[in-house]
Formats: sequence, structure tokens, C-alpha cells
Amino acid sequence: MVFRTRRLAAASVAAAAATALVAGCASGSGGSSSGASGDTLTLWTHNAGNSAELDVVKKIIKDFNGSQSKYKVELQSFPQTDYNNSVVAAASARKLPCLLDVDGPNVANWAWGGYLAPIDVTGSQVPVEDQLDSTVGTYNDKLYSFGHYDVSLAFFARKSVLNEHGIRIPTMDKPWTKDEFDAALAKLKKSGKFTYPLEMGTGGSGEWWPYAYSPQLQSFGGDLIDRNGYKTATGTLDGKESVEWGDWFQSLVTKGYMAKKSGADPNKDFLAGKSAIQWDGSWNATKNAEKLGDDLAIIPPVDFGKGPKIGGASWQWAMSSTCSNKEGAQEWLKFSRQTKYFVDYAKATSTIPATNEAATQVEDYQPGGRFAVLVQFAQKYATLRPVTPAYPYISTEFQKAAQDILAGADPKNALGQAAKNIDNNLKTNNNYSG
Amino acid sequence: MTSLLKRLGGHAGRIVLALVFALPLVFMLVSSFKTDDQIFGDLGSVSAFLPVGALSLDNYTAMFDRVPAARFLLNSVLISSITVVLGIIVNSLAAFALARMRWSGRKVVLTTVIATLIVPFETFALPLVWWVNQLPLLRVNGFQLEWTTGWMDTYQVQILPFVANAFSIFFFHQFFQSIPKELDEAAIMDGAGWFTIYRRIVMPLSGPAVATVAILTFLPAWNSYLWPLMVVQSEELRPVMVGISYFFQLNVGWGQIMAYSSMITVPILALFVAFQRSFVNSIASTGVKG
Repeated sequence: MVFRTRRLAAASVAAAAATALVAGCASGSGGSSSGASGDTLTLWTHNAGNSAELDVVKKIIKDFNGSQSKYKVELQSFPQTDYNNSVVAAASARKLPCLLDVDGPNVANWAWGGYLAPIDVTGSQVPVEDQLDSTVGTYNDKLYSFGHYDVSLAFFARKSVLNEHGIRIPTMDKPWTKDEFDAALAKLKKSGKFTYPLEMGTGGSGEWWPYAYSPQLQSFGGDLIDRNGYKTATGTLDGKESVEWGDWFQSLVTKGYMAKKSGADPNKDFLAGKSAIQWDGSWNATKNAEKLGDDLAIIPPVDFGKGPKIGGASWQWAMSSTCSNKEGAQEWLKFSRQTKYFVDYAKATSTIPATNEAATQVEDYQPGGRFAVLVQFAQKYATLRPVTPAYPYISTEFQKAAQDILAGADPKNALGQAAKNIDNNLKTNNNYSG
Repeated sequence: MTSLLKRLGGHAGRIVLALVFALPLVFMLVSSFKTDDQIFGDLGSVSAFLPVGALSLDNYTAMFDRVPAARFLLNSVLISSITVVLGIIVNSLAAFALARMRWSGRKVVLTTVIATLIVPFETFALPLVWWVNQLPLLRVNGFQLEWTTGWMDTYQVQILPFVANAFSIFFFHQFFQSIPKELDEAAIMDGAGWFTIYRRIVMPLSGPAVATVAILTFLPAWNSYLWPLMVVQSEELRPVMVGISYFFQLNVGWGQIMAYSSMITVPILALFVAFQRSFVNSIASTGVKG
């Protein structure tokens, strides 16, 4: 009986332990190449649930597969919210696909981390040089990615509301200054018609924070990091101009111009008339125009001293370093670089075409088109987020600091702490050299 | 009079508590039949909780168009059910060995098992991805079986890592200890082995504990989100919770989200209602309640 007791006890606990560890009989390694089975290549995109953009990707794949018989590309789509987690997990298991899309600011990090391989798309229909700078991803002077489109930030407002309150509608030649903008918000607030006249999507999360607000910091003269070598944020992110931005940003809440945390759908609130001016992406331009018609004003960013600024770089295509069929992957990348696909993306998703030639074929973005001004914003005001492998960390720190500032933290302290953390991260990673 | 007031006060308190828990579900269900504009329009009033305005099933239709919801639902039922069944077997066996048998080191093992409760999943998620990618896999290739490496993108990678569960072992252990040991001794006298005692005596007396573990295993399996995103690439293998993020794209469909949420909440509610009595009984009898 004792023997049976021990045997059952050992077997029971061992069964639980073995299952818990999911280890047991590990064998072999994950292999050093992935993403293709012979000439069948896997492609990942972040567009699950976004049929407009996904349909364009499907079309390119279908055309490519039909255009030749050697390679076949297979699509796997992921939801955008946690796409990066999926990629990072796959990279750690060396299971990356051959082709994948990547959010522009992450290109340097993924290239440095060894996820991506440099690409060569010479000979494709659209030369890389023809693209908006913000739609090309480079690291250490090598091309790693390109996008078919970019997006642009702008202020959206109702002309009638601005006129009613005697507020000048600014142009690219004469954008709002800080004083003018503050005065406009004060007038709108004083009217009593808006609880919060300004809507800047402060209920958003993740990359929205650096994308939406760091251009304003840059317009003040600050930045997320000293771009000269990308070796320190101290003196830049917590410098005088950055702190001035922090004070101003906080004042929007303390003066009641903007909600500390906006609603679940800021654009719906703007269209419902709850806010007078919305800082938003070009992706909502069509919806705004359909609802407001000629009353819609698309307004350039405020010039806080160093010129109007918006963020640049959206989703781009890249090739994984572990791709077992790089030749095939590059063939797909080259194939996708046809003007018609740049046009398809813009039409399907209301994004800004990455080339001028494509823009002339999209009614809204043609010179004189209702959204042509957004192309000009992207051309003139776009500032790339820091091109450094440290960017994902910088992004998180900036988000935390900005949220703390809106919550009432001293801007100098919040930005100082963020700068210190970023410097520590840079030091820990030996400035991401190599 | 005082006792009547007390009773009324007690009832009022319970009603308020019931509303606190029920209203979000009512809001979800009611909103699933409204347009996005109406959902937002009703937000400032009690209409948000009432089926008023133009109601339709459009959100449900659109939801099925946007997400392969039926497939996701089927996957989750499969993954959660197998995890529950295996979890009950494996964890009860482990707990039986720890609670009913005498062998050296069992206290150390039990302490170690309980100690793992403090380790959050997120801290070992990535190493676990690496581990599961090293495991051997027997798969069908055409008409042949072949050995390969790596469990990524399979059903089992969503099930087996979550079968053994420290809390379930602890819970069964506590419950098994409340069953008189004399039953074991009588069974041994009659010639029963340990497995017979486990199968014929202890488990039949542990219905409430099984129900509780079933619920507590089912819930995280059903709500699993991060893990499948990390280890499953094929859409046809994804569970329901991943589907919710399909809606958080540029054009968020709030009505569709509510329709989808309603669809995936109903099975959980049904399970809880079915096991409610056993659940409460076992929590009370094991002394695990807060």
C-alpha cells in the first residue's frame, strides 16, 4: 500500500508539475529562419477588423499571386491594439513572418533588435525618392521599410462657430500663434456653450500621446531627446522650452479649456457639438466633411514659436531578418510599389498618399481638393519622432509624464523624471549602439 | 417599527448593490440594439438603460460581418471546456496526493505550489512563449504524421499551459481535508486502492469544489486575451476575447462592440447561474472566502 501511495502521489504531483511547466521533453531549437514554406510566404498586417485597409492588402496579394507563378503570399491579420505584442512574441520564438507591417516610429527599434532586415526595392515602379520622407523607414542609413500612406494632424472646427465668436480662421501662411489660440479658447469658454471648447483626445492611450502632443512640445522648441547622437534626454525633454509646453498643456485643463480625460469617442463629441475645436487625425476628415460640409474648417497646427508641427510616419511594410525567402519577400515589396496601390490605400482609408503622383489621382488630395491642405501639412510640418531604438521607451515615458502633468503634477518634475528614466534606459542599453 | 425599517433599509441596500452590478450588463444589452448616435445621445439620461428609440439587430449583423464571431465562439468553448475538464482531473489528483496521502515532502510541495500564486502571468509570459516553441509536436502533413518542433499556432498551446493551477490545487486540498479520513481507512480495509478512493469516495463528495474550480478555471480561459495574441497567428484558432479588439480600429463601432460583448457574456452568465449554489456552498465550506 505504501508503494502504491507513493506511486500515485508522485504521479499526481508530477502530472500537475509537468503540465504547469509545459516543459518536459524539449528538443531542438526553433530554427533560425521562418516566415516561408518554400516559395509560399507569410505576411502579417495589423488590420484585422479594419476591412477598408485590409481589402487593399488582400488586393495587392491577389494581384501579386496572380502575376507570377513562383511565389505565393498568404495573409494573416491581427488586431491593431496588440499587434506589437504578437510581433515581439513571435520574434522571441523566431517565428516572424517574411513580410510584416510596422508602425513608423518602431522601425529603428525593430531593426536594432534584429527583427527586420534591410530591403532593396530598386527597380520598382515608384522610386523611394518620390515618397514623403515620413513614409520611409531608415536606420543606420539603410532602408528598412516604406509606407503607402501617411496621416496628418490638424485642428478641425466649425467655421460658423469661429465666426460667431470673432475668431480668425488661420491659414498655412498665417497660423494661430499661442496667444491667439489661448485667446480663442478663452472666448469659446466664456461663451458658456462648451463645457470644454477644446478636444484633444486626452482619453486616448499608447502612441497617440507622443504622436499628438510631442509636435506641440517641439513647436515650443523642446523635444523628446537630444537628436544629436540620441544619447540623452536631460536638458531637452526637461529643458526650458519643454517645461513651458508642460505649463501650457496643464493650463488647458486648469483653465477648463480641455477635459483631463476626454470621452470614449472624441470625434463623435466634436460632431455632436460638444467641443468647438478638435485636434485630430486626417483619418476623420471624411467623416467630418460629410457631417459639416462647407462649414468644416481644417486648421493648421498652432505656431508656438518654432513653427507649426505635426507627427510623421504611419504604418509601413518591412521584411523580417529571419525570412527564409528574402528574394520572394522583396519581390512582393517591389510589386506593391505601384502608383495604383498608393491610390487604392488613400481612397479606401482616407489617408494621405505617399507620393505626389498618387495624390493627383485622388480627388480629395489633388491640388484644390477638399483635403489637399492635409497633404501640405504632411509635407511642410511633419516631424519624425526620434529615429532611435530607444523610441518605444521614450514614447512610454513621455506618455506617463504628459498624463501626470494633466493630472496636476509639476511639469518640471514630471518631465525631469521622464528625462532621467530615459537616460537610465539609454545607459543600460549602452545607448543602443551596435 | 424599528425592525420593519431595518428590513426596508436592508432591502434598499441590496437593491442598490444589485443595480450596481446589473446596470452595466443592462446597458450593454440595450445598447447592442441601438445605433452609435443613439447610444451616445442617450448617455446623459436614464434612456441609456432602456430599450427606447429605433431598435434593430443591425449591430449583430454587422458584428458577424466584421469578425468571424461564430468561429471565435466555438474556439473559446472548445479551449475553455477542455481546460476545465483537464484542470479538474489534474488539480484534484495533485490535491488528493497532497491532502490524503502521507509522504515526505508534501508540505514543502504544497507550500511551493501556493507560493507560485504570487507570480503574475505577465512576468513569465515571454519565457513561456520560448518554452512552448521548443516542445515537440506531432502533426498531420497530407496523409503522413510527422514530428516537428514548436506549439505556436495550435489549440494545445492555448490549453495545456493553463491546466495545472496552483489555486485549484490549493482549493481542492482545502476541500479534501474537510472530508473525514475515516472514509479512506474504511475503504482501505475493504481493499480499495488510492485511485479507487479518489474516484469512488473523495470526488463524488466534492461536487461543490468541482463546480467552483470549474467556474474559476473557465473564467480566465474564456477571458484569455494576451496569451492567444502572442502564440496564435491563424485567425481560425483565435478565441472570443481577441475578437473584441477587432472593433477598436479607426472607426469604432460601439453598437457592434456591445453586440459582441453581449454574445460572449451570455455563456459566462449561464455557467455561473447553473453552478451558483454549489459555488457559494464550496466557498463557504473551504474557508477560502475573503
